[in-house]
Amino acid sequence: MALLEVKHLKTYFDTLKGQYKAVDDVNFDLEYGEALGLVGESGCGKTTCALSIARLLPKEGKIYGGKILLEGTDMVQLSDDQIREKRWKDVSIVFQGAMNALNPVMKVGDQIAEAIMLHEKIKKEDALRRTERLFELVEMPADRIRNYPHEFSGGMKQRAMIAMALACNPKIIIGDEPTTALDVMVQAQILNLLEKLRRELNMGLILITHDLSILGETCDKIAVMYAGKIVEIGMVEDIFERTAHPYTKRLISCFPNISKDKVIPAGIEGIPQNMLEPQPGCSFYPRCHLATDLCKTEVPTSIEVGKKHFSACHRASEVLNGR
Amino acid sequence: MHKGTIAKKLFYAFVTIMIVLVFNYILFRVLPGDPLAMMMRNPKATPEMIEGIKHFYGLDQPWHIQFFTYFKNMFAGDFGTSFVFKAPVIQVVAGRILPTVLLVGLAEIIAILVGIVIGVLAAWKRGTRLDVGTLGFSLITYSVPTFWLGMIMIVIFCVGLHLFPTSGMFTPGKSFISTGAMLHDLVKHMVLPVLTMSLVLIGEYALTMRNTLIDVLSEDYITTARAKGFRERYVLTKHALPNAMLPMITIIAINFGFIVAGAIQVETIFSWPGLGRLMYEALSARDYPLLQGIFLLVTVCVIVANVLADITYAYIDPRVKN
Ligand SMILES: Nc1ncnc2c1ncn2[C@@H]1O[C@H](COP(=O)(O)OP(=O)(O)OP(=O)(O)O)[C@@H](O)[C@H]1O
Ligand SMILES: [Mg+2]
Repeated sequence: MALLEVKHLKTYFDTLKGQYKAVDDVNFDLEYGEALGLVGESGCGKTTCALSIARLLPKEGKIYGGKILLEGTDMVQLSDDQIREKRWKDVSIVFQGAMNALNPVMKVGDQIAEAIMLHEKIKKEDALRRTERLFELVEMPADRIRNYPHEFSGGMKQRAMIAMALACNPKIIIGDEPTTALDVMVQAQILNLLEKLRRELNMGLILITHDLSILGETCDKIAVMYAGKIVEIGMVEDIFERTAHPYTKRLISCFPNISKDKVIPAGIEGIPQNMLEPQPGCSFYPRCHLATDLCKTEVPTSIEVGKKHFSACHRASEVLNGR
Repeated sequence: MHKGTIAKKLFYAFVTIMIVLVFNYILFRVLPGDPLAMMMRNPKATPEMIEGIKHFYGLDQPWHIQFFTYFKNMFAGDFGTSFVFKAPVIQVVAGRILPTVLLVGLAEIIAILVGIVIGVLAAWKRGTRLDVGTLGFSLITYSVPTFWLGMIMIVIFCVGLHLFPTSGMFTPGKSFISTGAMLHDLVKHMVLPVLTMSLVLIGEYALTMRNTLIDVLSEDYITTARAKGFRERYVLTKHALPNAMLPMITIIAINFGFIVAGAIQVETIFSWPGLGRLMYEALSARDYPLLQGIFLLVTVCVIVANVLADITYAYIDPRVKN
């Protein structure tokens, strides 16, 4: 059994202006010890995907369909009390902009111990002792658990967040752009740490980012998201070397290559489609250089273009062959 | 907080009070209508009398001597003599402090408690009918003029329902058989002014509490707390409220500073024998020494309240500690 299977997940936001289909029929799965990179432009629904898994959506957001099977249990069907028990114990999330993810008026150690005490009903001293071990695990001095968040640097806060995420030995850690605000050196350290820990602890890791370049070394699988849908998913080498979706191709050409001459990354012209008024056909169609009349009228289904490699594109085979 | 930091804060407070003293000195000397002018309007005043008065108030001295004497007297606790009451300012003021502290202190405590509860409920149930209702209530009480609200109270509860007396602290001329009877009379007199005052204040507290709590509830650490599996109530009391209380403390402290002065309108309408009404009387009679004394008391209170707020703030917000 897979650790996590997300099937036909549909998460929509009901707003005064209409319904945002932030996540629209998303499928992927994750094995123990495996790392999945979820990549895509701002607003394509990555965070919504993560929040859906822990059922942490704001009140405008609702799961309209699909299954989220965690070790076979469908998270979508659980009651509020049941889901609260699963949170952090089974799935923990390191949030986007984790600079503010720690409560400023509470000691960092207490914030971690608090979660342990909630889920394991142990005494505070024991929880704090565990917290010290966790700090050592993320390569921080144990006595820093008595500090307040403002006494930490950005990288240290992020390490503390990871320690917090590990507190209840979760089966899955979701990192929502865990390194966006950090400098390149610290970013690499944090990613290496996550990479090492998920192997050692045999956890599933979902790493959300809009920077495809950092996923190559950290992840096993990559899912590329566009306008609420996963347009391509596959093993890292497949995504980079046997790209089968024009959007992925553009994302790859976007990141600067330092070994070559100075080139300004190409960027992707056009803006993602308005999720409020989706047109018929492929959502990437208006920005696609390969678009045909078929793309304009018919939504492409996801087809298997290689082993465990899927692309939702009418012209996937041509892209695969280098167009 | 370090002892040094507290000492520094106290020093700054002292400097501020000094500056206020100088400002007070200048203010009451440039204001129109000095005591001499008032005496001179009296046609029976002889030049000797005027000289006598000038001498009595030290106005025949050169300005730097006057200035020096002013400071010396201030430090000796001598704030001059009230024109109207013909008694030392300090004595007149002292007699009025207790009624004001009783009235405003009680109103503040009620307003803070009720305001916080309303604000928290509104923020927590944001967008519901409860929120809209309390928001409307807060906005109305916040913007209604105090004197108007006071008069409406009198019309409804005194003229209409005959429930409470209209003015004063005690029924005039009444002698009480026991302390209980006296307290009963006091409470009856206090209900309306305290109610009016609290209503005016509740709106401010409720609105501030609601807005800061809504801001705090959208912070990332709140989402983290929820993600850890805590119940909404725990997230609210353990994570959101301690953060949302920080701005409240500043407002509460500043308002407490104005306790002695804050009740001019209420005290005047209900003829409450406190400092606010005294200030109104002193102003109407151009009783400058008295006004000067009240001004000084008010500013000192505000400054002290601010220092206390700083210290409390540092106690609950770790970011301020060092
Ligand atoms: N609370 C909300 N109410 C209404 N719409 C929302 C809400 N939260 C998100 N959305 C919409 O859902 C879509 C997906 O948002 P999401 O935050 O998942 O994007 P993202 O891929 O994480 O982007 P980013 O890289 O900027 O974090 C966006 O179009 C956004 O406008
Ligand atoms: Mg996001």
